[in-house]
Amino acid sequence: MTSLGDIPIKVEGGTSATDFGNALPVLSEVRHALARLIETGEPTQIDLGAMPFGPGDEERLMALLGNGEVNATIDALGPTRIRETAFGGVWVVEYLNADEQRVALHLEIDEVPQMLRAQRDDFTDALAAIDARLAPVSSNEPADGQRTD
Amino acid sequence: MASSHHQPTDGRPAPPRQPDAQPSLGEILRRNGVSRRGFLKFCAATASMMALPPSMAPAIAKTLETARRPSVIWLSFQECTGCTESLTRSFAPTVENLILDTISLDYHHTLQAAAGEAAEQAREAAMQANMGEYLVVVDGSLPGPGANPGYSTIAGVSNYDMLMDTVKGAAAVVAVGTCAAFGGLPKADPNPSGAVAVQDLVKDKPVINVSGCPPVPMVITGVLAQFLTFGKLPELDQYNRPRAFFGQAIHDRCYRRPFYDKGLFAESFDDEGAKKGWCLYRLGCKGPMTYNACATMKWNGGTSWPVEAGAPCLGCSEPDFWDAGGFYKALSVPPGKPGDTLLAAGAAGAAVGLAAGVMGRRKVKAAAKAHRTVTADELEQKL
Repeated sequence: MTSLGDIPIKVEGGTSATDFGNALPVLSEVRHALARLIETGEPTQIDLGAMPFGPGDEERLMALLGNGEVNATIDALGPTRIRETAFGGVWVVEYLNADEQRVALHLEIDEVPQMLRAQRDDFTDALAAIDARLAPVSSNEPADGQRTD
Repeated sequence: MASSHHQPTDGRPAPPRQPDAQPSLGEILRRNGVSRRGFLKFCAATASMMALPPSMAPAIAKTLETARRPSVIWLSFQECTGCTESLTRSFAPTVENLILDTISLDYHHTLQAAAGEAAEQAREAAMQANMGEYLVVVDGSLPGPGANPGYSTIAGVSNYDMLMDTVKGAAAVVAVGTCAAFGGLPKADPNPSGAVAVQDLVKDKPVINVSGCPPVPMVITGVLAQFLTFGKLPELDQYNRPRAFFGQAIHDRCYRRPFYDKGLFAESFDDEGAKKGWCLYRLGCKGPMTYNACATMKWNGGTSWPVEAGAPCLGCSEPDFWDAGGFYKALSVPPGKPGDTLLAAGAAGAAVGLAAGVMGRRKVKAAAKAHRTVTADELEQKL
C-alpha cells in the first residue's frame, strides 16, 4: 500500500447521484458559471475541496463531467494536472505536491485555465534572458551584421 | 523545522535581523527555485487552505510577494502534543510546510533541539528582536494565577509567568487546540490543576482561538497564512474563532445531512441505517452544535473525517465538550454551562489583568470545591 487512498472502502447500499450526494448541485453551479462566461466573459473557479462531498461524490461528479480533448501537465512545485471535460470551457485542475499527493482540486470555467497561461511577470524576465543570449553575439558582430566565426 | 530558518539558503551567515532587510516571501520562494507558475499554484492552494474563494489567488499572490516573515514563538503548556502532531504529521511536503518554512519559528520546545536555559534565551532573543510584531502560538491550558504553579513549569518558570511575560510584546496570540482555547481536558471536571484558557488571562492583546482536539492542520496553518498574507487578524466569531473555518456548523456542511432531513437515522453502530450511511444524530453526533471545518477540509490529507468513518462528531472544537454529558448520548440541549465565564469574559472586554486573576482564582476555588475523590472499591462497584 502506498497511500491512504489505496485502502479499499466498500459502501453498502449503493446510491446514485440522483438520490444522494452533491455531484448534481455542483454540476448545476458549473452550468451557471458557463452561462456567465458566455454572457459576460467572466471566468469562475470552484474549489471542490470546499464542498461537503461524501463517499463517491467526487467520482460521480467526474463521471458526469467526462473527458474532453485536452490533457496537460505542468511541472512547477510538483505536478499540476489539467484536463478539459466533455463540456468545452470546463476544466478540471488538480494541484499535486512533489509526492503526487493532492493539495487542491478546482474546476475552472474559462477559455484557458490560469495555470496554463504564461505568466505576465515572466515576460520581462524572458526578454532580458533573450537579450543576454544575444548580447555576446551582437558585440562580436561586424558592422554589416555578418558573423565571421 | 525549528532551526531551518537559521540557515540562509545560500550558506552565508545570517545578517542581523532588521525588519526592512528581511527577504519577502516571494523572494524566498524564488530563491528556492519556485517559478511564478509554482507561486500561483502555492497561492491557489493557500486560498483553499484559508477557505477563501479561488478567485482570491491573484490578490494573495500580490500580497504574499512582498510579505515578510513573521517571528513565531510557540509555547506548549498543559497539553498532549496532539496539536503539534496534527500540524507536523500532515502529509509532506505540503503547502503547510512551505508556510512553516517561511515563518520564523523562533521557539517551540517540542520541536527545537535546544532545551532549558539555552532555549529560554532563544525565546527572549526573538522577543527582543521582534518587539511588538511577533505572534505567540499557545497549545495547552495552564494553571491560573491562583492555582499551584507546580502543576506545569518550564525551566523553573510557571506557565502563567511565561505566558504573561511572552505576550507583552506580541502582536497577537493564537490559542491552538481546545485546551488553549477553552481549557480542554485539563479543565474538565474536576479540574485538579485549576486550568484556565489563554483568553481567561490575556486581555490586552487580540486572542485568536483555533479550537479542536486537535484542530485540522490546515486550519492551524490557514490562520498563520492569513496573518502572513494580510498582516491583520481574521474575522472572529463569539468564541474568538476565525469565521472562515468555524463559521458553519458541522451539521450544515455534513454530507449525511440529507438523511437527517428525511428522518433516516442509524440507531446503532451496526444496524441497517449505519451500513447505509444514514445520519448519526441519534448515536450522539454533536454536529448540530459544533462549528469546525472537518466536513470540507477533512483529515489525513483530505482522505476522510470522523462522520465519514461512521463515528458521530464529538464536538471537540466547542467549549467544555468533555463535560457535555456523554459522547454517544443524543443531543437534546446544547452542551456548555449557561453563563459560562468564557462568555462573561468576552462581554467584559476591558477587564484586564487583575480581574482575570480574580476570575482564575474563583475558577480554581470552584474546581477545588467540586473535586470528588473516589476509592478503588467505589470504582470497581461502578464498573
